[in-house]
Amino acid sequence: MTLRFSFVRRTIWLCLVVVLCSLPVLAEQAAPSMDQRVAALEAYVTNTDPGKSLTGVPGPGHNGWMMTSSALVLFMTLPGLALFYGGLVRRKNVLSVLAQCLGIAGLVTILWWAVGYSLVFGQSFKGSGIGRFLGGTEFMFLRGVTSAPNTDYAFWVSQNVFAMYQLMFAIITPALIVGAIAERMKFSAVLWFVTLWMLVVYFPLAHMIWGATGMMNGAANAGAAITAIDFAGGTVVHMSSGWSALILCLIIGPRIGFGREKMAPHSMVLCMVGTGMLWVGWYGFNAGSAVAADGIAANAFMTTTLAAAVASFTWGMIERVFRGHASILGFCSGAVAGLVVITPAAGFVSSTGAVILGLIAGSVPYLFVTSVKAKFGYDDALDTFGVHAVGGTMGAFLTGLFATGAVNSNLAGGAALKNGLAKLVTEGGLWHEQLKAIILTLFLAIAATFVLAHLVKMVVGLRPAPEIERQGLDLMEHGEEGYIE
Amino acid sequence: MKLVVAIIKPFKLEEVKEALAGLGIEGMTVTEVKGFGRQKGHTEIYRGSEYTVDFLPKVKIEIALGDELVARTVEAIVKSAKTGKIGDGKVFIVPLEDVVRIRTDEHGDAAI
Repeated sequence: MTLRFSFVRRTIWLCLVVVLCSLPVLAEQAAPSMDQRVAALEAYVTNTDPGKSLTGVPGPGHNGWMMTSSALVLFMTLPGLALFYGGLVRRKNVLSVLAQCLGIAGLVTILWWAVGYSLVFGQSFKGSGIGRFLGGTEFMFLRGVTSAPNTDYAFWVSQNVFAMYQLMFAIITPALIVGAIAERMKFSAVLWFVTLWMLVVYFPLAHMIWGATGMMNGAANAGAAITAIDFAGGTVVHMSSGWSALILCLIIGPRIGFGREKMAPHSMVLCMVGTGMLWVGWYGFNAGSAVAADGIAANAFMTTTLAAAVASFTWGMIERVFRGHASILGFCSGAVAGLVVITPAAGFVSSTGAVILGLIAGSVPYLFVTSVKAKFGYDDALDTFGVHAVGGTMGAFLTGLFATGAVNSNLAGGAALKNGLAKLVTEGGLWHEQLKAIILTLFLAIAATFVLAHLVKMVVGLRPAPEIERQGLDLMEHGEEGYIE
Repeated sequence: MKLVVAIIKPFKLEEVKEALAGLGIEGMTVTEVKGFGRQKGHTEIYRGSEYTVDFLPKVKIEIALGDELVARTVEAIVKSAKTGKIGDGKVFIVPLEDVVRIRTDEHGDAAI
């Protein structure tokens, strides 16, 4: 009895102490008012800051769209790009292209987890000299990257989803380079080159354009030195990969028998299947780049469709008129070129702008992959340069001419007001900033690739032995055959 | 005995087979082959690259026959395989020394 009484008394005392101690805390964390709660819900609908009452909570709709978009962008590489490229090589090398895409997907994921995400989207270097070129170290090994949103980039999207979404871009970019050196680069050399290239080119470039403290992030960094805009990666993804691809294919040299032997695509069917997957996946790439299921995403969805369809049809019709046949490869090339050109512009231009960009995308890259390539004789095997570098550069520049605040409020308020971007968009002159971003991207991609390719050449060598190249990379490098008779 | 070897357009194979079946021909060997004659090949263009395809797909039919059937067989092949356009193919008639049916060891006409 005594024991029991003493237990009850102690419990009551304990409760009293706990309640008294927590009183000041409770006073601070008073339940949000009805107004605050309604405002937070409105912020969910308008994709703005919910304030205190919903801090650290992702919004289901925005999060759902971003997880879908992440999967769509991965689908662009695996198997979209792998099949698009795989169909275009000779049958003895089809697996080598698939292996390169798969290898890059795994390798880049590890790099991204370890340092990539942090170097691109961290901020701990802010204020120091390198803050404008690289993010920081705070998110290395994805430390602290949880389901709570990182409000520097999105109020309603979990940071772990955001990190995975951006990872998919980091995977497809080096995979695009593979097209230029297809059928003749050692697998080990591909992996070494991609590792170095991600660290020296991609991570800094992605930070400069998209990082909160990036020097070329006109849309979100009030202190941007170059107030350029790049919605989904015209410079970061397509220019960087395309120009690097040209330099790498010049250093590695043409395939054995180039210009003398038949090197026709072994399967236009696979190529077309891959193109369809790229096009569908590109909705995640472009509309997902709004990092919300909002009106900007909706506009990007429309402009992406228009540019791709117009460019595909334009390319096919040019072939029909000048050569007599509208080819499958023509339609496919046009679609991809249209998607490349609209990438930097998707969330910034109107439907009219998208159709004009589509027309240009369907014709200028056509000239590059037919006339210019033939004239200079470089072996850009699957036309990474002709489509991605040319398309990406044009898209980045044309975004400067066609961007309008009418479809994207980020061009009219916030950071854009402080750094002068809003004025450039309304009064013209944005193309000047775009040109600066283009030149910086060009310089970084070309100079770094030149150095890194020679480095890899010295250490591991770029090319397999001629007999391996003759026999095909599938059997000799991967021990498998694409098609068993 | 003769060996009749016919090179024809692939899409004509069904018609030729039916015509020969109508004559009571009891066996033939069919092979997918490639080659060129006066028809030559064709050109394929992939973006900026143009390739000449020299060898076109054809079908080769081989039939061993007793001498009395040869004339009618060749006539049936020519009639059924003809489109009148270049590339219809050719028929070769080759003397045949002997034939052996593996199952029974029969030789000559009995083995056909």
